Amino acid sequence: MKDTNVTDTNVKDTDLMTDYKISAKGVQVYYGDNHAIKDVNVDIDDKTVTAFIGPSGCGKSTFLRCLNRMNDTIDICRVEGDILLDGEDIYDPAVDPVQLRAKVGMVFQKPNPFPKSIYDNVAYGPKIHGLARNKAELDEIVEQSLRKAALWTEAKDRLHSPGTGLSGGQQQRLCIARAIATAPEVLLMDEPCSALDPIATAQVEELIDELRQSFSVVIVTHSMQQAARVSQKTAFFHLGNLVEFDETDKIFTNPEDPRTESYISGRIG
Amino acid sequence: MTDTSKFTSLKVQDPRTKKRNAAEKRFRAYGIVAIAIGGLFLAALTFTIVKSGLPAFTQYVMKLEVTLSQEQFDDAESQLLKTAVYRDIFIDNFSEQLDANGVDVEYDAAALERLLGKVGGDIRTHYRENPDDIGQPTTFQLQLSSRVEGYFRGRVTRDTLVDSRFLEKADLDIVDVLRDAGLMTGRFNWAFLTGKDSGVDNPGGAGIGASVIGSFFMMLVVLFLSLPIGVAASIYLEEFAPKNRFTDLVEVNISNLAAVPSIVFGILGLSVFIQFMHLPQSAPLVGGLVLTLMTLPTIIISTRASLKSVPPSIRDAALGIGASKMQSVTHHVLPLAMPGILTGTIIGLAQALGETAPLLLIGMVGFVAREYPDGVASGFLDPNSAMPAQIYTWAARADVGFYEKAWGGIIVLLVFLLLMNAIAIFLRKKFERRW
Repeated sequence: MKDTNVTDTNVKDTDLMTDYKISAKGVQVYYGDNHAIKDVNVDIDDKTVTAFIGPSGCGKSTFLRCLNRMNDTIDICRVEGDILLDGEDIYDPAVDPVQLRAKVGMVFQKPNPFPKSIYDNVAYGPKIHGLARNKAELDEIVEQSLRKAALWTEAKDRLHSPGTGLSGGQQQRLCIARAIATAPEVLLMDEPCSALDPIATAQVEELIDELRQSFSVVIVTHSMQQAARVSQKTAFFHLGNLVEFDETDKIFTNPEDPRTESYISGRIG
Repeated sequence: MTDTSKFTSLKVQDPRTKKRNAAEKRFRAYGIVAIAIGGLFLAALTFTIVKSGLPAFTQYVMKLEVTLSQEQFDDAESQLLKTAVYRDIFIDNFSEQLDANGVDVEYDAAALERLLGKVGGDIRTHYRENPDDIGQPTTFQLQLSSRVEGYFRGRVTRDTLVDSRFLEKADLDIVDVLRDAGLMTGRFNWAFLTGKDSGVDNPGGAGIGASVIGSFFMMLVVLFLSLPIGVAASIYLEEFAPKNRFTDLVEVNISNLAAVPSIVFGILGLSVFIQFMHLPQSAPLVGGLVLTLMTLPTIIISTRASLKSVPPSIRDAALGIGASKMQSVTHHVLPLAMPGILTGTIIGLAQALGETAPLLLIGMVGFVAREYPDGVASGFLDPNSAMPAQIYTWAARADVGFYEKAWGGIIVLLVFLLLMNAIAIFLRKKFERRW
């Protein structure tokens, strides 16, 4: 492994860069006095799907929210350690979380489209980041994003009807389209299928596999089958600890830690 | 195997279920009784207000056609006692008209003055302002004095009337004859809605118009100060402020301010705005500032409640795609909270519109609003009254004629309040979005 100790964040020296898209080192998260994440080290590759699995309350969602600093919105939450995105510490005081979140998009557990039209939902990100110079470019971004999110055929005739009028699965794909419209480099997904039926879940999973071509995806899931289906790397969290992190195949067939094995075989969790 | 001896039919209620159902029935009955009592009070209130207030909207006049020639006008204007000449002209026309109608009644100039007030002045003013009417037959509608109006309304009767310089029993005979001849009738009292306040001895001429203008300018001040200040304060407290002891203190104090008696704001306004800043007394600007202070907590509390009711997932969604805090608030949270904010603001305004106590201390109560403001600056700065203050002033005056004016004023005030509430409901429906 190369040295990742980047001291000056303004200088991006390729020699000092890691191969990893995101590299978390010794991350500790506290909610007030509650130590929620204990010394987690994870390296996330570019253009792969990494799954975080583990029982409820194990800290996987908390850790995911550290990766784009969504935890900043929670007053009592405190994060220690380093999280590097392309070798830059995202918790550096010079980093503006708003700029970071444009690079690291997020899809939430419950579909949360804005109460606006489908078009406006997708166009909102590009608009505020100035990604389109004119209406035609914006239309293009909206179409491409909806196509990537496999929603174009269903939505193209009703672009100006409210996004909240779609079905649950469609809403979640709309949220994915909205997230990828800002051209992020990493997409964080927090249990994106937990509110969806099996058919919609299959569609979203297929989508995740395609998104892997363009960026790295980190997905938190309760479903081990889902982790096995969509991810290349899997991290198993338990009680705030990262128990095991390896190739998905290895985790599911030959886990090293007995806790991982019991979870996967359904004995804990 | 199921034990058949323990079989209980679902069609038979067990004692616990019976008890629960009885409790539910009782509770519903309490609710209906409570609503019925509330409705009864409301009905009684509405009935009283309308019954007592409606007379203020009618006025009793004597119709009389007067023809004044140019010579008569010139002659009258050259006299020393001009109004006396006009009065005589009036009496001539009056007796002609009585003859034409075949009415026979005895009267003298003093009796006419008791019935109609000093008519000479009214007639002179009319012809001086409308010289074109000279030589033309002109119909005057002369207002009856407040005691005669009281006679029409049944407030004054022959039994209760004590002869005085205001009205004698004999005058009522003249009134009866003229009423039967159709010369004295009632009509809608536009002057009450558009007019200015009168002196303490002339309830008939008092109108609420000038104080409506006063209230209007006050509400402008309240709206344009309390809405931006209130909304900005709530957004900061709700979305940006760190949670620490200081913001806790601010929050507690805002809640406390909402419960402070309004007269305290009045005395604050007196000492700060008038005594310290030397703003003019009785001015709608000062009234508006005081009412702004009073309305702010209401607006802040309701705005914060509606900001809180916007689901956090909307904020997450906006932040998650890289919107700044400010963008997430202005683009998403605020539009969703808008119906609640507007409703809160209008309810705050309606509260301010009906507030009397603070106006008492800054000199708007008791001020006799005899003039309309001429222009916008004067609307803010010249002394004026406000609707509730005007009602209070009238209610405090001795002449019973003002009593019905006060009730009529309340009707006007309530109409404005209903109007504002209707606007609030309309805006809420218009901006309401579902998610």
